[in-house]
Order: sequence, then C-alpha cells, then structure tokens
Amino acid sequence: MAYTEDDLKKELETKEYEYGFYTDLKSETFPIGLNEDIVRAISKKKEEPEWMTNWRLEAFRIWQTMTEPEWANVHYTKPDFQAISYYSAPQTVDPNKTLDDVDPDLLAMYKKLGISVDEQKKMNNVAMDIVVDSVSVATTFKKTLGEKGIIFMSISDAIKEHPELVRKYLGTVVPQKDNFYAALNSAVFSDGSFCYIPKGVKCPMELSTYFRINQANTGQFERTLLVADEGSYVSYLEGCTAPSRDENQLHAAVVELIALDDAEIKYSTVQNWFPGNKEGKGGVYNFVTKRGICEKNAKISWTQVETGSAVTWKYPSCILKGDNSIGEFYSIAVTNNFQQADTGTKMIHLGKNTKSTIISKGISAGKSQNSYRGLVQINSRADNARNFSQCDSLLMGNDCGAHTFPYIEVKNKTAQVEHEATTSKIGEDQIFYCNQRGISTEKAIALIVNGFSKEVLNNLPMEFAVEAQKLLEISLEGSVG
Amino acid sequence: MLKIKNLQANIEDKEILKGINLEINPGEVHAIMGPNGSGKSTLSSVIAGKEEYTMTGGEILFEGEDLSELDPEERAHKGIFLSFQYPVEIPGVSVTNFMKASLNAHRKAQGLEDMPAKDMLKMIRDKSELLEIDRKFLSRSLNQGFSGGEKKRNEIFQMAMLNPKLAILDETDSGLDIDALKVVANGVNKLRSEDNAVLLITHYQRLLDYIVPDFVHVMVDGKIVKSGNKELAYELEERGYDWVKQEKSV
Repeated sequence: MAYTEDDLKKELETKEYEYGFYTDLKSETFPIGLNEDIVRAISKKKEEPEWMTNWRLEAFRIWQTMTEPEWANVHYTKPDFQAISYYSAPQTVDPNKTLDDVDPDLLAMYKKLGISVDEQKKMNNVAMDIVVDSVSVATTFKKTLGEKGIIFMSISDAIKEHPELVRKYLGTVVPQKDNFYAALNSAVFSDGSFCYIPKGVKCPMELSTYFRINQANTGQFERTLLVADEGSYVSYLEGCTAPSRDENQLHAAVVELIALDDAEIKYSTVQNWFPGNKEGKGGVYNFVTKRGICEKNAKISWTQVETGSAVTWKYPSCILKGDNSIGEFYSIAVTNNFQQADTGTKMIHLGKNTKSTIISKGISAGKSQNSYRGLVQINSRADNARNFSQCDSLLMGNDCGAHTFPYIEVKNKTAQVEHEATTSKIGEDQIFYCNQRGISTEKAIALIVNGFSKEVLNNLPMEFAVEAQKLLEISLEGSVG
Repeated sequence: MLKIKNLQANIEDKEILKGINLEINPGEVHAIMGPNGSGKSTLSSVIAGKEEYTMTGGEILFEGEDLSELDPEERAHKGIFLSFQYPVEIPGVSVTNFMKASLNAHRKAQGLEDMPAKDMLKMIRDKSELLEIDRKFLSRSLNQGFSGGEKKRNEIFQMAMLNPKLAILDETDSGLDIDALKVVANGVNKLRSEDNAVLLITHYQRLLDYIVPDFVHVMVDGKIVKSGNKELAYELEERGYDWVKQEKSV
C-alpha cells in the first residue's frame, strides 16, 4: 500500500492513542493471584506434559526467592502480583484453529488493528501468529511453511507436537533463574510463538507475531522461542498494541533466539503498547528479557522501534559464543509525556573474531526520561573481538531527559571497542529553516526525527519501516510548540 | 510586490530596525548594503517571519496582503524565499527528500496533489543541470559536511526548485571564493524574470559585479540612509561606509 501525504494527514489528525478500543469477547479468565495451584492450573489448562509442569513449578519456586530489581533508571509503583490474573483466553477459540473458525469479533478486531489476516495471507507474504491476551489465535501460512520443514506455531502447540525441540532449547538462553521477570514468565507464560528453521533452509517469507492485551487486569507473559538450525535464515517481526486503560497492565515476555552454526536471525519489533495518557496515568509496564545465542559464523540482528509503554525495561542481547559470530542491535526508543524507557543491549563476546554493532537512537519529548544502558563484554578467549557502539539522543523541549550508561568490560588485549555518543536538540533554527521552505512545524519535526532515526529504520523490512515512521510521528505529536 | 512602511522591529527588547521604508516591484533587483550590525539580516528574518523578532511598528505588505499575521510557512507558500546566510544541517535527510517535502508542502497550500515522482525527478534533473550541480550531491544529508560554496549553491538550487516571487539572498557571497561566487551568481541570473524580484543583502560590492542591481540601498543603524543605482555600490566600495555615516550626521 502506498503511503501518501493524505494518510499522513489522517494520522496527524488522530491525536489519541489509536488502538485504544476494547473488543467485547467472552473470555475465560482465571481468578487473580499467584501460587503453585495457579501455575499447575495453567499447565493443565494447556494440556502440557509433566516435564513442562515441573519446569514451570521450578521457575515459580525460584521466583519466590527473588526480589524485584531496582537498578534501572525508572520509577513506578511496583505491580501487585497477587492482583493480576495470569490466564485469560478468548473463549471462542476453536482448537483446530483454521481461520474460518475464528470468532468474527476477533477478525473485526484485527481489521481495526489494520491487520486483516486475509490480506496478510494474500498480499504481504507474511506468515502471522496472533496472540491476543494469552492464546495464540490464528497461525496462517502453516502449510506453505510446512513444505519447507519450517515449524511456526504457538508455543503451546509446539510443546505438544514438538516436545523434543522445545525441551532441548527452552530456557537455554534465558534460564528460569535469569532474572525476576524471566522467572515469573517461565512459571506462568500462557502462550507465544515457536519457530524452527531446518538446516540450510532460507525462510521464504517474513514471519510475524502480533501481540495484544485486551482483557483488563491481566498480565501478558508470552514466550517466544526461535531456533535457526545450521546454515538457515529467518526474518521475524513482532508487533504489539494494547487498549487504553487507566490501570497499568503488565507485560513480561521472554524471547530466546538460537542461531546454530552459519545461521542468521533478523528479529524486528515495533512496540506500541499503550503509553499512558498525557497525565501519565495508565499504560503498559513492559519488562522483557530478549536474548540470542550465536554459534560459529552465526549472526543475530535485533531491530526495535519502541514508541509505547509507560515503563520500558528491556535489553535485547547477543551471546557471541561461536568464533566469527556477529551481533547487531539497532534501536529507536521514543518517549513522550511521562513515559520512561531504560533500554539497550548486551553484547557478550566469547568466541574469536566476534563482531558487534550497536546503534541506539533515543528521542525524548514532554516530561519523559529515556535511558540507554548497554554492556559490551569481551572475554579473555575472544581474540580480535570488535565492537562499535553509537548512542545518539535527540531532545525536544526542556523538561525531558536523556541518559546514557555504557558499560565496557574488556579482558583481552586484542579487542577493539569504539563508543560514540551524541546529544542534540531539535533547534529553533532547524524548524525555522523548514518553515521557510513551506514545511509546517509538525512535519518538520517528523522530517528531522526520521532523518535522525534513518540508520535504524533502514534495517526494518519495508512494510514495517513505513509503519514505524508513522508511529514516530504520532508519538511525538504536539511535543514542540 | 513588497511594500515596507516604517518598519520597526526588536529582538529581546533591543530595537534593531528603526523605521525601514522599501518598495520592490516585479522584475527588479534590489541590493541592501551596510556595515556589520546595521540590521540587514534582521530585515530579511523579519520579512520571512522568524519568531524571535517582534514587529513593533509599521507594516509589511506582500502583493497587498499584510504579512505580520502569517506564519513563516504561509509566507513561504505566498512565494517568499530566503536564502540563508548560515543554512542549517539536517542529518539523515537528503537534499532530494527535503526538496520533496518542501515542494509538496507548497503544492498542498495551493490545493494541488503531491507532485508525481516522475515529474519531480525530471525537475530535479533540469534544475541541477541549470546550476551545474553534481547529482551525487542531492543524495547527501542536507548541508551536513557541505563546504561553504556547496551550502550556498544548495540554497540557490532550492530557490530554482521553488520558483519564488521574491527571493531574499542573505549574504549569499560570504565565505565564497570567486569561482563559487560566479556559479551562484550565474544561477541567480538564470532564474531572474519579469515576474520575480530579488533582494540582495550583502556587505561587499563584489557580488554586485555579477548580479547587477537596479537599486542599491545603504542601511546604517536600522535605517536606510541612502538609495541610488548601482553606481552607489562602487562609491561605497571606494569611500567606505563612514562616508555615508558622516553624510547622514551632517
């Protein structure tokens, strides 16, 4: 679809959070609160094998011994974990999950979200797994992918249908005990996506998951596990929205990527959870653990555009275990009004000749706080490791903040580590220059922000890049004036 | 076309323009000369509508319409173009992309659709040839890492693309060597017509060898103190601004 000025105009007229509607689906929701019985009940509800139930229980026991981390540069009222319901499934989901059986209300909701499943199937060459609240509703393109031996399904199905793969890889990159929220997720994750690309297969289409929180007072805990076997390639997209609500909703996902020898994974996220209103009320707490491991000659590339959530706390990371492996992190984080983001990456260099690149663009407006936190760790055996980091911050107005916390740990003398950082402010002179060329102030800001973010936007697949540009404009509306 | 009557303007309560009178008709080239700090650049900023300046008296009429209530972009849409003395950098936005946004904003103001990509490319090709601009230059980030000459040439390229009724060239000659100056002046001359007008703001006479003005005004301390034809510029070059200042005080 061509993106025209008119589309832009329409977008600019929509000042409120666009996805803030609520679809009245019958949901089966568990009572609020968390204990071992709830964990068992989730596992039973999902008809999981015993090993999975035990894995969850183990995670829950670890979680109980942990305390919520406080080191991030964010301030919020801690969630009451006993006031959340840990499972909410739209009741009308058909277990056979063909699209024809999907609740028309659900399909209408996808339409509102601008993701007509039919269209996705026909036009976009995107296979899509949609997770509403906790259950994966429709996995399209299963057949086409099946012919290549690619497995792409909800993780619940994968646990049943491919237990050997799930059991082999689940928790190998992000162990249950990794951190407070990862442990919680391991205990109660309700759904998510699983993807396996066999040896030597180049996945012929972009794979995509769309997450949405619908039900009030529910947490969303998806678990994504993506395994690219030797010499394979996959590009994976993830999009997120939630309705506007006054109370804060919790989102604590775990994403694990495994790139075996010579494999490549490109993982792109456009995150647009409800950021709270102009007074800072409501919004999603987005506490996510994302990590990938690279074996020999493998490559993992994270690209993220973060415009939503009231509080974001996430560091998509790469463990560069194999020799010659490559990790990349491209990020745009936008904060406006009272949003807070503490985001960045960790590049752990273990193998020889490993390379990593970090390009982080933070844009702060309103009264928001935007922090980059990144760790580059070169271990003693990682000869000739190289890292290049660039962290740029763009400020709009006088009430926001941009912070950079780079951590560099080098234990090998052959390492080359470069770090560049800049902070700039959209200047009156830049705006006036654009105005003099007939460009309105809103449009001028969009232009400047897009220019600032270009290196990251260029790494997104085409359809996503257009979407992301629109999101940037919407998120920053009215922030200068 | 442009009528300025008794214009007074302040910046942060400091009076800069102290009653300017100026009339420019289509087809004319006017030059405003004067020593540093006389208010020449302020005049161009006030005409273009820069917010930091407050008009405290007088009026600016453009084709009979009062400009004082219009936003800078509205003034641009009416056909006023300012070639900046210090063009700003916009990293990541190519010259082409910027021009596209600018042209389409102008078209929108006139109730026109976006220019089709094909037409836009042709226009860019034509204008860059006219001004002897290397096409590679157009894909670079706006003004980022441009030499002084490239920046000024880029301004004139934008002027050629937008085809304004009134072009104000603010110190376009500053920082240019003689070859670059010739290229820029040549470009401006090619764009002159019966229907448009040029206001040159300059410190030195040398630009006026290449863009020959119909009228020369001398500005001192926020006022136009002397007007004449191009001979006045030579006289200034020879005798310096002190001569006008002394004459004024007499």
